[in-house]
Amino acid sequence: MLKIIDISKTFNPGTANEVKALQGVTIEIEKGSFVCVLGTNGSGKSTALNAVAGSFMVDEGRIILDGMDITRWSEHKRAGYIGRVFQNPFSGTAPGMSIQENLALALKRGKKRGLGWGLPKHVVENFKKLVAPLNMGLENRLENPIGKLSGGQRQAITLLMATAIRPKLLLLDEHTAALDPKTASKVIDLTQQVILKDNLTTLMVTHSMQHAVNLGDRIIMMHHGKVAYDFKDEDKKRLKVNDLLNLFDELRRKDNIDPAVAELLKEQYV
Amino acid sequence: MSLLIGSFTIGLILALLALGLFISFRIFNFPDITAEGSFTFGAATGASLIVAGMNPLLASAAAFFAGLTAGSVTGIIHTRFNINPLLAGILVMTALYSINLHVMGKSNIPLLNVTTIFTWVDNFSVWISGAGSRTNVLGWDVAMKDIWLLLFCLMGILIFCILLWWFFKTNLGTAMRATGDNDQMIRALGVNTKAMIITGVALSNGFVALAGAMLAQFQGFADVQMGIGMMVWGLASVIIGEAIINDHSLGFVIAGAVFGSVLFRLLVAIVLRWGLNPNDLKIITAMFVFIALILPGLMQNRKKYTFKKKIHA
Repeated sequence: MLKIIDISKTFNPGTANEVKALQGVTIEIEKGSFVCVLGTNGSGKSTALNAVAGSFMVDEGRIILDGMDITRWSEHKRAGYIGRVFQNPFSGTAPGMSIQENLALALKRGKKRGLGWGLPKHVVENFKKLVAPLNMGLENRLENPIGKLSGGQRQAITLLMATAIRPKLLLLDEHTAALDPKTASKVIDLTQQVILKDNLTTLMVTHSMQHAVNLGDRIIMMHHGKVAYDFKDEDKKRLKVNDLLNLFDELRRKDNIDPAVAELLKEQYV
Repeated sequence: MSLLIGSFTIGLILALLALGLFISFRIFNFPDITAEGSFTFGAATGASLIVAGMNPLLASAAAFFAGLTAGSVTGIIHTRFNINPLLAGILVMTALYSINLHVMGKSNIPLLNVTTIFTWVDNFSVWISGAGSRTNVLGWDVAMKDIWLLLFCLMGILIFCILLWWFFKTNLGTAMRATGDNDQMIRALGVNTKAMIITGVALSNGFVALAGAMLAQFQGFADVQMGIGMMVWGLASVIIGEAIINDHSLGFVIAGAVFGSVLFRLLVAIVLRWGLNPNDLKIITAMFVFIALILPGLMQNRKKYTFKKKIHA
């Protein structure tokens, strides 16, 4: 479904702030697969996600979605096939507009937006059924501006919006990181339901190893802009939080050794 | 009284300007100074075409399209070349000054002996109620001609308000509002935000240019300086309207811009009547907008303060 082939991205090249965010990342994801991406801060996991979404153009490599080469597509063109939920609960909804207007906008994802009425009656009727399962009492507040809702409620609605039209790919960028633990687990439950219901191909970046272990069928660990580990199927099922912690420690130890080794070599050869 | 009706009429004509600035400022959050240039651009285009013998309705439509063009240039400069909205507006406004002089051929075009839209309204009023007829409104003696002019402007602005309200409720218009509200979100839903901004700024300047063309026809001349200070004028209308109506739903905000424009024009007429030097008008306008901008915040603070006091009492 999604092929990320050897992509690289360097931000601010040639300056003091140069960051090699992605250094040859290759990931292939099958249809219907639910992949969790883990990694330390600055490992490039969110950057990889944004590269797929088209927030920026990659320097090298190709991105193929369902047979289409989307490497040079603009962000909004890709959005016709990709649903997204952001880390910041305020990023995914338009605060000044009502809940129903936000949902109506989502129902037109990737479609032509013409001069038809934005909120047809039959569509609004459906919205009640759509938000009722959230159990947040939103079905009677559809006309309220979304900015008045809590972060958790907004994130839940963003999730509905991202999947209102079945996307070929769902991108979740630490979408529970800014929520309190209780709300986060609610949103995670909802995420699981939504993904299972439509058998969505999903790429989820997360900080929570517990979520990574519990959810999905594959775990990818990134480090320094590269894929460090990739666990599928049986390997993934056997993986526990402790194993992941150990792997992180291992990566960190390697980091610590590398400069020391370099120093040693320098002493020997220079 | 005729002064009052006159200011009402001009207020309604300039409500077109307020609607234009409402689109750029409120819908798109785009501080668009192009308005100063495109207001004159509309007046210049309309006046030159009318003098050249064009049907005034067509000439006004041409003025609207002239504004669309000016606005889309600003939009393209901002989106394609990543230039700050203010700077993009200043560039186009400055360029328009020369363009306006070219369009007009001189710095002032009189429209006294040609047929304008308002000549039609005058003829209509003569046809309906006879030449020079007067009537009594709330005890004042008023020319019927002025009343018909006022009604005509009222009808016109009402139609534009409804059109605008309808447009911003369509799928396209909703996407535009979302672009101003949260561009990241609407891009993730597949909308080309750059195209939205270009279209929106173009539309905004179309309205502004139309206001210029209508004002030129109403006052009987187009002048290359007439756009100066118009942006603050329109902004004042929008802000006053918001302060009065205090409801953020689309219909009310649009109506508020019209109310604001009329009210602001009345205030100006009153202070001029009091003997204010017309040269001081712009500084008074600027101060007025400043006060209108900070007042809602101050009132909110005061509300919070009294609310707290009540709780502690």
